Amino acid sequence: MVNIIWAFLAIIGIVYAMFNGTMDEVNKAIFESADEAVTLSIGLISVLVFWLGIMKIAEEAGILKALAKLFRPIVVRLFPEVPKDHPAIGYILSNITANIFGLGNAATPMGIKAMEQMKQLSGTDEASRSMITFLAINTSSLTLIPTTVIAIRMQYDSVSPTEIVGTTIIATIISTLSAILIDRLFYYRSTWRK
Amino acid sequence: MVFISQVSIWIIPLFIMLVLLVATWKKVPSYELFVEGGKEGVKMAFSLLPFLVGMIVAIAIFRSSGALDAIIGLISPVLLFLGVPPEIVPLALVKPISGSAALGVTTELIATHGPDSFIGRLASTMQGSTDTTLYILTVYFGAVGIRKMGYALKVGLLADLIGIIAAIVIVTLVFG
Repeated sequence: MVNIIWAFLAIIGIVYAMFNGTMDEVNKAIFESADEAVTLSIGLISVLVFWLGIMKIAEEAGILKALAKLFRPIVVRLFPEVPKDHPAIGYILSNITANIFGLGNAATPMGIKAMEQMKQLSGTDEASRSMITFLAINTSSLTLIPTTVIAIRMQYDSVSPTEIVGTTIIATIISTLSAILIDRLFYYRSTWRK
Repeated sequence: MVFISQVSIWIIPLFIMLVLLVATWKKVPSYELFVEGGKEGVKMAFSLLPFLVGMIVAIAIFRSSGALDAIIGLISPVLLFLGVPPEIVPLALVKPISGSAALGVTTELIATHGPDSFIGRLASTMQGSTDTTLYILTVYFGAVGIRKMGYALKVGLLADLIGIIAAIVIVTLVFG
């Protein structure tokens, strides 16, 4: 699936550029965006190193397990494949908490760690049920404070930069709930087929 | 709201303090563990690099050729028919594909229509309420080497669609 999407994004773009006369822009974009992607990855190093360092301590000190215990009832329902006391639950919770507080920087490393743990559980290179559920929750971004948006609104002299927080929270809750629901529907559909 | 934004500022330092206090109390070698975990972070960042370069370049080709704008032009009438304000259509379509492009569109919409206009508020809400599905997919599955992603993309995109509709409905109800 991703192979097709990836290849076709580029193929369609290049073919379109032939007829649209934008080959020059495409040529420029290829190298500029590659550069941008490297800068982005390098920029991630600091955050990944710091948070994975802290989370390693948290894991060894038993904090992730304690966190997992606290929220077990909800998370176990969302991720029935993951054993109750597994560190994956702790990482999933840390990721969700970081997202809720708008700490995208901290959320990503914990999310990757959670994925890694879930991959160890499934032992294949195929996305497991819990991995997809986790991804769905992340793509719908459960945020309380959209910090970037507020910053932009302030820049453009909004009378009330934070007035959109309420609508954002409601929209994000709806999109996250529907993500979980859609994920369930697809899962049950895939089990019926087998 | 003030409370929530205060919590956001305090939570990271407090969390770090808690982790270090518990680690010291339990006699866990905190500094050594930090370094050990940090090493994983370096590896992770480098293993992510090719995934991000690949995806971001493909999206850049698609965008810079004008193909993205053309598709937006094609889909716009359908969305208009469904009651989506035309100004917001590019943002709705770009949001799941490219985070930086979406941020650019949001900024532009706020700049032209004003942050306190209906479009400005709608763009702000949409920008904050969903994340870039393709980026999340690339980073999370890329980092751990998932090759078969099953129905993950479909779920992500459908949730985006519902999030966008939800944003339009709510902003219309609250500010309309």
